[in-house]
Amino acid sequence: MKHPYLEKLRFLCLVLIGLLGCVASAWAQSSTGIVTGTVTDAKKEGLPGVTVLIDGTTLGSSTNVDGTFTIPNVPAGPHTLVISFVGYNSVRQPITVTAGQTTRASLPALTENATALGEAVVIGYGTARKQDVTGAVEQISEKQFVKGQVTNPEQLVQGKVAGVQITTSGGAPGAATQILIRGGSSLTGSNQPLIVIDGVPVDNTGLAGASNPLSLINPNDIESITVLKDASSTAIYGVRASNGVILVTTKHGVQGDTFHVNASTQMSLATPAKYVPVLTADQFRDVVNQYGTAGQKATLGTANTDWQREIYRTAYTADNNVSFSGAAGVVPYRISTGYLYQEGILKRNDLKRYTGAINLSPVLLNGDLRIDLNVKGSWIDNNFSDQSAVGAAINFDPTQPIYAPNSPFGGYYESTNSSGLITLATRNPIGLINQQRNRSSVKRSIGNVQVNYKLPFVPGLSANVNLGYDVQRGRGTNLIPANAASNYFRQITTNGVVRQGGLNNQYAQDLTNTILEAYLKYERTVGPGKLDLLAGYSYQKFQNRNYSFDDNLADGTVYVAAVPSYSGAFTYLNTNVLIGFYGRLNYNIGDKYLFTGTFRADGTSRFNPNHFGYFPSGAFAWRLKGENFLKNSTAISELKIRLNYGQTGQQDLGNNYYPFLASLTLSNNTAQYQFGNQFFRTLRSDQYNPGITWETTTTYGAGLDYGFAGGRVYGSVDVYRRDTKDLLNTINISALAGLSNSGVFNVGSLTNRGVEISSNLDLVRGDKVNITINANATYNENKLTRLTTSNSSSDVGQPTGGISGGVGNNIQVNTVGYPTQAFYVNRQVYDSNGQPLQGVYVDTNGDGTINSTDRYRYKSPRPQWILGGGANASYKGFNLAFTLRANLGNYVYNNVRANSYYDQNSSGFVSNKTQEFLASRFTSAQYFSDYFVENGSFLRLQNATLGYNFGAIIKKGTTLTLTAAGQNLFLITKYKGLDPELNAFGSGAGIDNTIYPRARTFTIGLNLGL
Amino acid sequence: MQRNFTRTLGMMAMAAGLLALAPSCTKDLNQAPDYAATSNVVYADPAQIQQVLARLYATFAVSGQTGPAGSPDISGIDEGFSNYIRQYWQLQEITTDEAVIGWNDGTLPQVNTLQWNADNEFVRATYDRVFYEVGLCNEFIRQTSDANLSSRGIPAASLSTVRQYRSEARLLRALSYWHAIDLFGGGPFATETDAIGTTPQYRKGADMFTYVESELKAIDALDDTNGALLAPRGIYAHADKAVLWTLLTKLYLNAKVYTGTDRSTDAITYANKVLSAGYTLSPSYANLFLADNNTNNARNEVIFPITFDGTRTQTYGGMTYLVHAPNGRAYTATQAGIDGGWSGLRTKPALTSKFGSTTARNPSDVRSQLFVFQGQNPNVDTLGQFTSGPLIAKYRNVTSTGAPGSNLTFPDTDFPMFRLADVMLMYAEAVLRGGTGGSATQALAYVNQIRTRAGAPATTAAALTLNSILDERARELFWEGHRRTDLIRFGVYTSGYNWAYKGGVASGRDVETFRSLFPIPNTDRVANPNLPQNPGY
Repeated sequence: MKHPYLEKLRFLCLVLIGLLGCVASAWAQSSTGIVTGTVTDAKKEGLPGVTVLIDGTTLGSSTNVDGTFTIPNVPAGPHTLVISFVGYNSVRQPITVTAGQTTRASLPALTENATALGEAVVIGYGTARKQDVTGAVEQISEKQFVKGQVTNPEQLVQGKVAGVQITTSGGAPGAATQILIRGGSSLTGSNQPLIVIDGVPVDNTGLAGASNPLSLINPNDIESITVLKDASSTAIYGVRASNGVILVTTKHGVQGDTFHVNASTQMSLATPAKYVPVLTADQFRDVVNQYGTAGQKATLGTANTDWQREIYRTAYTADNNVSFSGAAGVVPYRISTGYLYQEGILKRNDLKRYTGAINLSPVLLNGDLRIDLNVKGSWIDNNFSDQSAVGAAINFDPTQPIYAPNSPFGGYYESTNSSGLITLATRNPIGLINQQRNRSSVKRSIGNVQVNYKLPFVPGLSANVNLGYDVQRGRGTNLIPANAASNYFRQITTNGVVRQGGLNNQYAQDLTNTILEAYLKYERTVGPGKLDLLAGYSYQKFQNRNYSFDDNLADGTVYVAAVPSYSGAFTYLNTNVLIGFYGRLNYNIGDKYLFTGTFRADGTSRFNPNHFGYFPSGAFAWRLKGENFLKNSTAISELKIRLNYGQTGQQDLGNNYYPFLASLTLSNNTAQYQFGNQFFRTLRSDQYNPGITWETTTTYGAGLDYGFAGGRVYGSVDVYRRDTKDLLNTINISALAGLSNSGVFNVGSLTNRGVEISSNLDLVRGDKVNITINANATYNENKLTRLTTSNSSSDVGQPTGGISGGVGNNIQVNTVGYPTQAFYVNRQVYDSNGQPLQGVYVDTNGDGTINSTDRYRYKSPRPQWILGGGANASYKGFNLAFTLRANLGNYVYNNVRANSYYDQNSSGFVSNKTQEFLASRFTSAQYFSDYFVENGSFLRLQNATLGYNFGAIIKKGTTLTLTAAGQNLFLITKYKGLDPELNAFGSGAGIDNTIYPRARTFTIGLNLGL
Repeated sequence: MQRNFTRTLGMMAMAAGLLALAPSCTKDLNQAPDYAATSNVVYADPAQIQQVLARLYATFAVSGQTGPAGSPDISGIDEGFSNYIRQYWQLQEITTDEAVIGWNDGTLPQVNTLQWNADNEFVRATYDRVFYEVGLCNEFIRQTSDANLSSRGIPAASLSTVRQYRSEARLLRALSYWHAIDLFGGGPFATETDAIGTTPQYRKGADMFTYVESELKAIDALDDTNGALLAPRGIYAHADKAVLWTLLTKLYLNAKVYTGTDRSTDAITYANKVLSAGYTLSPSYANLFLADNNTNNARNEVIFPITFDGTRTQTYGGMTYLVHAPNGRAYTATQAGIDGGWSGLRTKPALTSKFGSTTARNPSDVRSQLFVFQGQNPNVDTLGQFTSGPLIAKYRNVTSTGAPGSNLTFPDTDFPMFRLADVMLMYAEAVLRGGTGGSATQALAYVNQIRTRAGAPATTAAALTLNSILDERARELFWEGHRRTDLIRFGVYTSGYNWAYKGGVASGRDVETFRSLFPIPNTDRVANPNLPQNPGY
């Protein structure tokens, strides 16, 4: 496709190259040499963004990501290097330069001074000094990470960044995580941020056999995680930036470094922190004898089984990591390997992860050519338990034993009647766990080579090419024996022979993601300030291949044969291609006035013909600290005001790859139709939307960075408003206007407004004692401003939030003027003792009857406030740190409680209730009562760590650290269920229908550095 | 230096080259799945056109392209729950004296008690399935126009077959439009001439009736090369000429309700065509509803089945629902040929009493042998309890020889949408309503054929009244999806005849007359401002 806009862009790029070529020809030679070196911090890690100047000249450079620098054209003779970096004490180092040669400066490590504001931060396509950043960017580096047993990388920053809500879906090893930045901007589309690992935007699609594809990244290899929140910093990622961008940087070798080995080992024990308060066997017998039918009373057993205690265990985890780093000549390297064995607290659930990573970052051609090569590989073996056991353990009759003599179901007690197994009854939780063997092997490799070439004839011009891949393979098998009650009735009759029961299946999926990016960067002084220009091109292809296998019975008999696709193959390939052209301009006047403008033209294969979207942004920052009146103030160490505006896009519709395409879907073998004696796989014309296009979010933001008391108090405050329009929204299509009753259209808009505050306090700073405190707070308000094409008063909104209990019962609604997924419930009436009256609700519309039209919108699952904070105290070799997290104002529909009514209908079995039944004593389902919508505000002690550094006990320069950590040590909440922290968006958000409990974990760790 | 210079040039050339390549790479933005089926390919191949036609039938049976659930046709409601036959059946039966359902799903109790409103998701699901089918048929008819067939090069030898498929699609569309007339008194209207994306106009029931009538007559008039339907009793499960005639009979019999004009004579005309098409009553009443009803002698009686198959046509609606939902307690899963009952559907004494007793079967009527009184409260005292009301073991997943079906979850039993006994009773009713072209003698003979087959004593000409026809229809056709329409036609649906929990009270009460039509769902009135609401809602 020839797009006129692209033509122009290309032309501009070529002009730029031409101009730069002319500048190059002005180059002249003299008797000069080159100075190179590496600037490191006290931990011997390279410091990026450090200014290195030849004293008395205008010659100089700033260091790269790994801390190295190169200054060409230095006149021969003795000089003094001045190395300065905000946040660190400046260093002056004499050096003698020889004409025509490269002189390597030997530099002492920089020591930190009062403030941390000068740190380099990673931004889109580059790095910047924190003080030069115009947008809302927050970087968390290794020493601030959450400690303890961390399996997934995103957990490293849970509770650390204002505006970012990270929620694990439960306590299973490698469980999926939802990351919500600034309240999310989508309804149907994905709300997950873009994650870029060492320059490779990774695939966040779910993978068969992996609960969370990010769990394939070893957190121990990560150096820093940067969150780009506002549009001025994210818009350069255009299409995928609406929900924020997370940049992950892994650890690198350091130029000129000596050989280091780092070995660490951690051992953890995890226990269930809490159980759902179900009735004991004795309480249950009383309840059934009081409320049950004669038939129900007859089913009661004599056992006393605490099913929850039967299915959980104390789980053991070992996490071992070794890394080697150093520099072999001009090639700095880091090689690491890790092994994790993690047990889930649910029996028979575990995960083994093997990881390896290699990084080579040679600097060649006198520092002009930098190559950064990263290869990471991981292999996870999952052993999944049937998680339905979690709910079954709550519901299963506690008066029944685990095992029953002569049980045909593998010896497990199951509810039966004269026809045999009762299909409606809850299955034996232990049977569910023991009679399933669901294992997967998942492999992932992420790698890239990034070449940065400083064009020697044009000072300030560099070219960068990045070639990368992210490949994932998931394979698994699921075996359930024929006698397992859960799959007992899968039966097929072939030639008069009946075969029955169980499952013997495999599953597989391949995700292949390749990327090519190239950009030119040009830095020079123009007028009163310093100009940075960047122009680039990005091509990324995501391929998702699914496999179709036979569905077998336990004995291997084919139950449903594999389904060939329309093309006849047994695989289904979906592809998403993204192509972007982007540019950025930074203009810095005297470190006081900072301007940033970005633009990206982004194309996606998901929309056709509306491929391209255009995403501009602009930001201005006034760094008051740079003004003369504050320059020398010690009381105010930093003050910067930031303003930003930008547009970002969203195209991620998950597995909906071709929403524009008019096509027909071939049915599978179990949805055939019969004519005569023949069965036909049918072809269905599918709903499509040829006009589908981008969801666009416009962000307005203002921020303040501050530092007081010599940098001992510092942080930032941000306010924002994010308006999303053309929401990719599943809306009702008027009957006969389409090929279904609903489809994805660009209809609706929503707004998020919020405030983010983060603050750090160096309470005590000394030789022996250091205490720092950090805290962050986020306020977010989410409101739907438009939802349909017409605004009819008869429209209650879009029902959402399916609950457990009945079919098709939705507890939430999306309505204009309210937050997304607001609870939509009847107002409960209580008696004089405060007891809820069964079936009695307020007739809110006054029509004399109580029905669904009396429901009202009550609260939402979204927290109004998200708080995070912690402290770090050290005394000599001791270190104590903790992280606290809190959500305030999030409401939860307690589905477990709502199901705790006495059901006289069950025949041949009875189901346990929670203690709730003793309070309300409902004998019929009251699913829509606001009685079950609870305040889910909580405060959680995420982790607490005590460490002791033995120092150089082996030999000089070595370290030995012993740590003890506890995670999830307490949870303070009024919520009556197990845990009020639930998914932040999507189906199931704010509905507690049993989750895999988050464990309480204790960890002992040893770290040895040589 | 020279080396540096050339290297720089090289890098620049590379960079320029990359940028130059970029626009040509944007072609890669045109992606399609490697398994895509597109209209141009599918509609060029008669075999694939047949697969699309099969899909038009499958709308009644399944809920999406992945059986039993997955890749759904419509969304916003549970797939199996919203299945066409299941919902159509529910609106026709649980809103009447014949059935009651105990579940608390969403607004299901309001359907049970005739208290629904325009937000009721089950009403919406029925509406959405009905118009989904119309839209799917429109697309098929549009794609198989003679112009499209010739431009896609359909071989001449296949032309008449594809045209026959097109007529079947038109017939199925007419069937769904009839459901729209009957349930909603009209609704949005579009044909193959309206492009996808056009917001349809409203057409009221009487006008829709005129369209359906003319459409059916036009199809009936087609000759063999131009798309004539298959002759009656041709290939099993195809909508053939007898299906068309039965549908016309139904339209005409109910024309007074739909249009205000009695068309009993026309009803007799088309009933006569069906009755002379060679169908015979199955000697066994029970066989009509068993797993092998596509092969046993029921096949000679059933005019239009919706087919189900335990291994190949799976759904959680349709027959799976009709076999599982009434099963439980004394009516064991083994008797029904399934893995387990769902303990939901029962019947009311209003139905059982039509066989002479509300507490026991009538030994001289095999149709009442399908009731299960054992252990059940003969009256419906509560909606929610499965013990309250007798059970009905009509649809079962066992064969006429007693063997279970091929799958214990998904029955093999086909749903008899139209069958001969219904047409016989329609004939008799049209005669009694004063239609010409038939005779009272013949009417009595048909009613007695049906009664004799059931083992019931023959009735007399004197006893054969309109009211006795209504009761005979209840006895013969209970739980087959006709009851609501019948009660409305006889003027006793909203008032004058009450049953347990009608209007939400245990003893039953009259309800507003507007409840003989369901409301246009609010969801569609929001999406389509052209649609008026039915009176009363």
